[in-house]
Amino acid sequence: MLKLPIYLDNNATTPMDPRVLEAMTPYFLEHFGNAASRNHPFGWEAEEAVDYAREQVAKLIGADPKEIIFTSGATEGDNLAIKGVYEMYASKGNHIITATTEHKAVLDTCKHIEKSGGEVTYLKVKPDGLIDLVELEAAIKPTTILISIMYANNEIGTIQPIKEISTIARKHGVLLFTDATQAVGKIPVNVNKDGIDLMAFSAHKMYGPKGVGALYVRRKNPRVKVTAQMDGGGHERGMRSGTLNVPGIVGFGKACEVAMLDMEEDTKKISKLRDKLETELLKLEEAYVNGSREHRLPHVANISFKHVEGEGLLMGFNKNIALSSGSACTSASLEPSYVLKALGLGDDLAHSSLRFGLGRFTTEEQIDYTIKAISDTVTRLREMSPLWEMYKEGIDLSTIEWAAH
Amino acid sequence: MAYSEKVIDHYQNPKNVGTLDKSSKNVGTGLVGAPECGDVMRLQIEVDDETGMITDAKFKTFGCGSAIASSSLATEWLKGKSIDEALTVDNMDFVEELNLPPVKIHCSVLAEDAIKAAINDYRVKNGKEAIKFEESVVH
Repeated sequence: MLKLPIYLDNNATTPMDPRVLEAMTPYFLEHFGNAASRNHPFGWEAEEAVDYAREQVAKLIGADPKEIIFTSGATEGDNLAIKGVYEMYASKGNHIITATTEHKAVLDTCKHIEKSGGEVTYLKVKPDGLIDLVELEAAIKPTTILISIMYANNEIGTIQPIKEISTIARKHGVLLFTDATQAVGKIPVNVNKDGIDLMAFSAHKMYGPKGVGALYVRRKNPRVKVTAQMDGGGHERGMRSGTLNVPGIVGFGKACEVAMLDMEEDTKKISKLRDKLETELLKLEEAYVNGSREHRLPHVANISFKHVEGEGLLMGFNKNIALSSGSACTSASLEPSYVLKALGLGDDLAHSSLRFGLGRFTTEEQIDYTIKAISDTVTRLREMSPLWEMYKEGIDLSTIEWAAH
Repeated sequence: MAYSEKVIDHYQNPKNVGTLDKSSKNVGTGLVGAPECGDVMRLQIEVDDETGMITDAKFKTFGCGSAIASSSLATEWLKGKSIDEALTVDNMDFVEELNLPPVKIHCSVLAEDAIKAAINDYRVKNGKEAIKFEESVVH
């Protein structure tokens, strides 16, 4: 029996894997110690558990355990990396390069840098969501200290050419930071092969608990340092003070271990379901995939259904299917998704988009249900859409003078 | 965001979806909103020349559930009303009837605008002057 509601918003957060919860439980109860308590067994146990998790996390991304700084999540990692590099390398320069499709945690941190006297270049992306490497290189100046480009986008799943980006960064002696929240645990990410200097990621996007993440900070070739953004006990090699979230970290470690074990099989299964979903939905007229289909996370699809508004569409099934829309109507502002707009999508298409995030626990039965529910709703809403009627009559909507409001 | 039951009901069972002959002299059409803003409403009324009564009303709307519900409700309210009565429908009537939250007030404004636009279209077609309305504020 199909159980409702169906969860297809795995880019927002993932359910915890039961194996992760099992690993965490003892660290809430009998092993509750503070990992910084050096003088008794409770502290020793906690420290040992954190060390083990640090190894599990490091292994997944091909790093040394000493290069892992535990944080509260990717937003903190983004802040620590960007502000931390900006302050640490102030004598070298004050210029940062990023892109317009980055997560708000990066964009707003960059805005903060600008307010405090730094300079930020925001690279535009091509219609497929990828940055232009020539533009990137051209943007580098003698004062550039950091390039911050996400590994994979949260709305459209587009995977940036991180290896090529790092080659350019190295050539000019600029550090590369990547927000890899959506990529780590889903696709192979290796900080050495990819040439990454700093990388933020989070447990709850990979079947781990919320409230824990990590910042990878390279220790060799080059040795990278960030200025701490919180003052306190000097935990995490002085870069991130605060009592470690031991159960969370243990769960994060387990989630990384499981991701390594299951990645290949998960990817095979999930991408097959994603492709089925996409193929079937594209059979509807005037349906378009947003972002690169070639350079894309295996579990993500972002599709616009022209002449139907995203929130109106969601309302047709959101009791039974959990999805996210790029429409503005879901937020207080009237602006649709800035990521979709950055691809050059017109507002009408941006307002008409749905984001599908499949996951480890998505089943074929759920996908079949989703295909039918969405196809039916799109068809029903088009029947009551004046834009669809005009389109069907052959009227060019761009020639109409809308009473803009 | 949770929708009120009335919004859900109009969304699931919209009243008077459809198209009237816009070239007919008895039909007034109001097309308001813009695709860029995420909602476009088209409201049409059919008026009895002799009595000045609205005999039929149809809508089509591109937009969120609240926009669909507001236009569906508008057609229900308009049927059987005189033009003069129709002019008294205010956007706050929609807000109250449908329990619209503050972020959806623009849907009610759009519905009021659509009614006025349809009435003016009918008036102009029949040799009358368009009524000048104050600009709506909540956009």
